[in-house]
Amino acid sequence: MTAIYKRELRSYFTSMIGCIFAAFLIVIGGIYFMVYNLNSGYPFFSYSLSGVIFMLLFSVPVLSMKSFAEERKNKTDQLLLTSPVPLFQIILGKYLAMTTVFAVPCFIYCLFPIIIKFQGNAHLLVDYSSILAFFLLGCVYIAIGMFLSSLTESPVIAAVSTCGALFLLYMLDNLLNYIPTSAISGLIVILVVLTIISAIVFQMTKNPVIAGSMEGIGFITAITIYLMKKTLFENLVPNILEHFVLTDVFYNFAQNYIFDLGGLLFYLSIIVLFIFLTIQTFQKRRWS
Amino acid sequence: MIEVKNLVKKYGSRTALDHLSFTLKENQIYGFLGPNGAGKSTTMNILTGYIGADSGEVLIHGHNILEEPEDAKKSIGYLPEIPPLYPEMTVWEYLSFAAELKHIPKKQRTKEIQKVCSLLKIEDISHRLIRNLSKGYKQRTGLASAVLGFPEIIILDEPTVGLDPKQIIEIRQFIRTLAKEHTVILSSHILAEVQEICDYILIISNGALAASGTPGHLEELAHGKESIELTIKADRSKILSVLKNISNLHRITWKHESEDSCDILIDTSTDVQRVCENISLAFAHQGIPITHLSISKTTLEDVFLELTKTVPQPKKGVKKHDRNL
Repeated sequence: MTAIYKRELRSYFTSMIGCIFAAFLIVIGGIYFMVYNLNSGYPFFSYSLSGVIFMLLFSVPVLSMKSFAEERKNKTDQLLLTSPVPLFQIILGKYLAMTTVFAVPCFIYCLFPIIIKFQGNAHLLVDYSSILAFFLLGCVYIAIGMFLSSLTESPVIAAVSTCGALFLLYMLDNLLNYIPTSAISGLIVILVVLTIISAIVFQMTKNPVIAGSMEGIGFITAITIYLMKKTLFENLVPNILEHFVLTDVFYNFAQNYIFDLGGLLFYLSIIVLFIFLTIQTFQKRRWS
Repeated sequence: MIEVKNLVKKYGSRTALDHLSFTLKENQIYGFLGPNGAGKSTTMNILTGYIGADSGEVLIHGHNILEEPEDAKKSIGYLPEIPPLYPEMTVWEYLSFAAELKHIPKKQRTKEIQKVCSLLKIEDISHRLIRNLSKGYKQRTGLASAVLGFPEIIILDEPTVGLDPKQIIEIRQFIRTLAKEHTVILSSHILAEVQEICDYILIISNGALAASGTPGHLEELAHGKESIELTIKADRSKILSVLKNISNLHRITWKHESEDSCDILIDTSTDVQRVCENISLAFAHQGIPITHLSISKTTLEDVFLELTKTVPQPKKGVKKHDRNL
């Protein structure tokens, strides 16, 4: 794992992508810092960080796009996958390299609260825990980007799809207002999701009995619950999607001054989920 | 050492490997021979655990490549069709990376890398970026990383493609020196190459093993016979009446015949020289001139072409028909 980690890290900094990524985030963070904290005199650096998050949507795809897509394009994945290194170590090595590159601007951000401190009042605890949340949020974005990169052979497609996915997640909070809240729409969404899952199960197992019975049982249960207790389905979709609003955890730290431990664990579990999914895409390619 | 059982691999509806099975022993050079698209690279990719087969299994030293990948992969060095090189690294950096991936202990790393560099004559370029290397040097760098640490099994997918003749000779010599202590598997669609280097040839056609054996054995396999080509100044009935008295003739094929001259092909299995003598003497006795006499051996090329024949095309069918007229 260390071999892959070291190679990736060196590659990010010799191919400039890592340097440009880090420099871009530092400059953007610096501009927000200058405007909000230095000029306007607002004592919380965490507020400036909220602005930088938007820039992550465009810069993370640049970092993550080549992680696996380029390896596949150049066939260098053959070297990694035929070497006696377990698959999860290969993926973890690459992932940690990316997070290390991302850690560089986060370390620089750690200087900003100290500068505020020199000028007067500073809220170091809030600022540093916000930087931690910011770092983990970035790591979640990187994990999503890495997963999407492992699905394709083209770094450009990986970058564009990551950018789209991250943008959707970022805007999710606002989009929730446009989602219908009635009970019947909740039921319809549940049934559609159920059908999609059954179709995937059928695709994987090629067994019409399992997929069919899953679909049937799910359909009947959903409709019975709907008939018996309609209120359960009200607001169902927005309520579920609300949990995927990733930025909420960060805002708890940055704007509500809450140390949201549960939120950090939520970030970590999403990271683990996407690393797991990346491993699965490789396993699938090797077994099917 | 390497056991391959009933490999099946499908790409969509196309069957790349169709129940391929073979067993390979130690310290030999094996050649996978087959036309493009026969399934050589697919087989190698499955052998090295890069892709999985739809069914069947691969055992390396008794370790299943999918169930115990680390144990199995430890004893394999692989050079894929396109060397898996990172253009932004120098040769030395790349080889150190490969050495670390192969779990070569830190203390031996420098020594091992120096060893392969000197074997493949890439010491002078070891500090250059791979991006700037010529095709030949890239191939050598790939080969160096496959050989690094000297694993017991070295798998090379078309190692000499795109090299100049001098480099081809050097690489071939290198492969031959490897075989003293390693099992080498190489693939090629160039017959002469396989014939020259390999101890044992596996001919793969349409995803299945069409034939296997030593180069000599395969040549015999084709017909097991040698044939004599003759041009005789006489008509068919006269020739037949002379040949009637000669023993050990298996089959006579009339290639071309006219009033005063016939081209024929005679198959025989025993002592071709003797049969030739008998034939020439018999015709001389009758006062019939033989204007051409030659012994033709079935070459490996004939075997190869015959075994890897795909669905007979109409053109080929006509040709065959002509021959048997």
